[in-house]
Amino acid sequence: MSSAKKNSIFPGFGLSLGYTIVYLSIIVLIPLSAVVLKTTSLTFPAFLDAVTAPRVMASYRLSFGMALLAGLINAIFGLLLAWALVRYTFIGKNLVDALVDLPFALPTAVTGIALAALYSKNGWIGQYLEPLGIKIAFTPWGVLVALIFIGLPFVVRTVQPILEEIEIELEEAAASLGASRWQTFKKVVLPILFPALLTGFALAFARAVGEYGSVIFIAGNIPMVSEITPLIIITKLEQYDYAGATAIASVMLLISLLLLLAINGLQAWTAQKTGRVR
Amino acid sequence: MNTTRFERSSATRDSTIVKTLVLVLSLSFFGIFLLMPLFSVFTEALYKGWVYYFKAIAEPDTWSAIKLTLLAAGVAVPLNLIFGVAASWAIAKFDFKGKHLLITLIDIPFSVSPVIAGLIFVLVFGAQGWFGSWLSDHDIRIIFAVPGIILATIFVTFPFVARELIPLMEAQGREEEEAATVLGASGWQTFWYVTLPNIKWGLLYGVILCNARAMGEFGAVSVVSGHIRGYTNTIPLQVEILYNEYNYVAAFAVASLLALLALLTLAAKTYVEWHLKSETNAAPAIEGPL
Repeated sequence: MSSAKKNSIFPGFGLSLGYTIVYLSIIVLIPLSAVVLKTTSLTFPAFLDAVTAPRVMASYRLSFGMALLAGLINAIFGLLLAWALVRYTFIGKNLVDALVDLPFALPTAVTGIALAALYSKNGWIGQYLEPLGIKIAFTPWGVLVALIFIGLPFVVRTVQPILEEIEIELEEAAASLGASRWQTFKKVVLPILFPALLTGFALAFARAVGEYGSVIFIAGNIPMVSEITPLIIITKLEQYDYAGATAIASVMLLISLLLLLAINGLQAWTAQKTGRVR
Repeated sequence: MNTTRFERSSATRDSTIVKTLVLVLSLSFFGIFLLMPLFSVFTEALYKGWVYYFKAIAEPDTWSAIKLTLLAAGVAVPLNLIFGVAASWAIAKFDFKGKHLLITLIDIPFSVSPVIAGLIFVLVFGAQGWFGSWLSDHDIRIIFAVPGIILATIFVTFPFVARELIPLMEAQGREEEEAATVLGASGWQTFWYVTLPNIKWGLLYGVILCNARAMGEFGAVSVVSGHIRGYTNTIPLQVEILYNEYNYVAAFAVASLLALLALLTLAAKTYVEWHLKSETNAAPAIEGPL
């Protein structure tokens, strides 16, 4: 029969794999193929018009630009936070460690209204920024704040385990050879952490590009200014422009799949660099 | 453990200035970007006092939203649990071609925007969709109705259990199950008495994350819901409606229920992680988004 039979004496291969493939097809693959099929109902010029309209282009710039910026900010502060959690002892460390995952656990709509309240001109943070002439809520910067919130745990949780596994001897050796702490960090620690840092950045970026719930409440959703791409899809759906919505969705889907492949590659690189099994 | 070692050795100790700088920067970032939104939910919810708070939660529309959320999670979590166990059994206990492709395909729902997750079910079951005319002929509603909400919830929570169990079962290997089989245990006996006790914490971990996302999903559910009050609103959608009606205190009161759920989830998750670490000595897989 199949090659599996040779390698394993267990029963249930056909049943478990069959069920896996059927369920995967019904819930994920077949519905996703609807995007591709619906997109092909458009002629190519019509497709191009739909996905390159000025308002849509502005939303790509916003969604991708802010996702990139949020990812970079999270890469820096996520590394600092991971470093603090692994290398230092401080009061409340376990609590901070547990709460880092808050953005994974807090529903996006709750995040959205909380951020909008914080950064509006009467909010806890907004009231101090308003006199300085800084507006966050209902501007593109609101999008950035929301994307920072949802992206932070990705960086911390990919860097932290790698940092934990670095042996003290490695850094002692560097120090005994005359390296300063900064040189040791730059030449020894950072190269080990780099693939994980990049993976965390990519995960945060991928999530941020498609994010909807936490962004729309604080963004203000002004066309051409603070309107994200997922919102344009929803707007088109509400106008019954299914083909237009699907065309934009297919562009986003393609980018998401490319990111997924890139992340898989990065994780393989991390594994190779650190000798970890994924 | 490591912490004290790195701090004790003069060769690897960071200077006080560096340490202070790292702690101040990272913890203020943490406080401003993560803690303040959490605190503000509860402060805003209690802005008009406890009486108003409970009145806002006791609204009939809120109750039907809670019931719908429980229903959606109650269907999605068990289905994805069964799938997760089946998929990880097939992947970890057998060798076959295309295994890596299968693992990548299982991860897809995490990399798809929630809005697109909703859209695909509109394209399949909506009025203009593949089955649209057939469904309306038979008077079955899926989109803008409860089944659509359940489907969207299943989609966005699809990988949670599987992606926890696959690396765990792969790391545990096959020897124990092989021993049980050689000693005459049937497939089910092997699973119940050997595999399940080994994976129970990983399984629980996946279920906790799956449930949190199922109850909190907003984007995907929003697309298929149609926002019919008291009928197709889940708790997060109810929060949005109240907020858009400028009923801020009520919106935050309902949101605080979800924030409490998030805190409970984190507490349960931390507890299970502790068990996972002490029992298997294997860290959970790199986490996905909730």
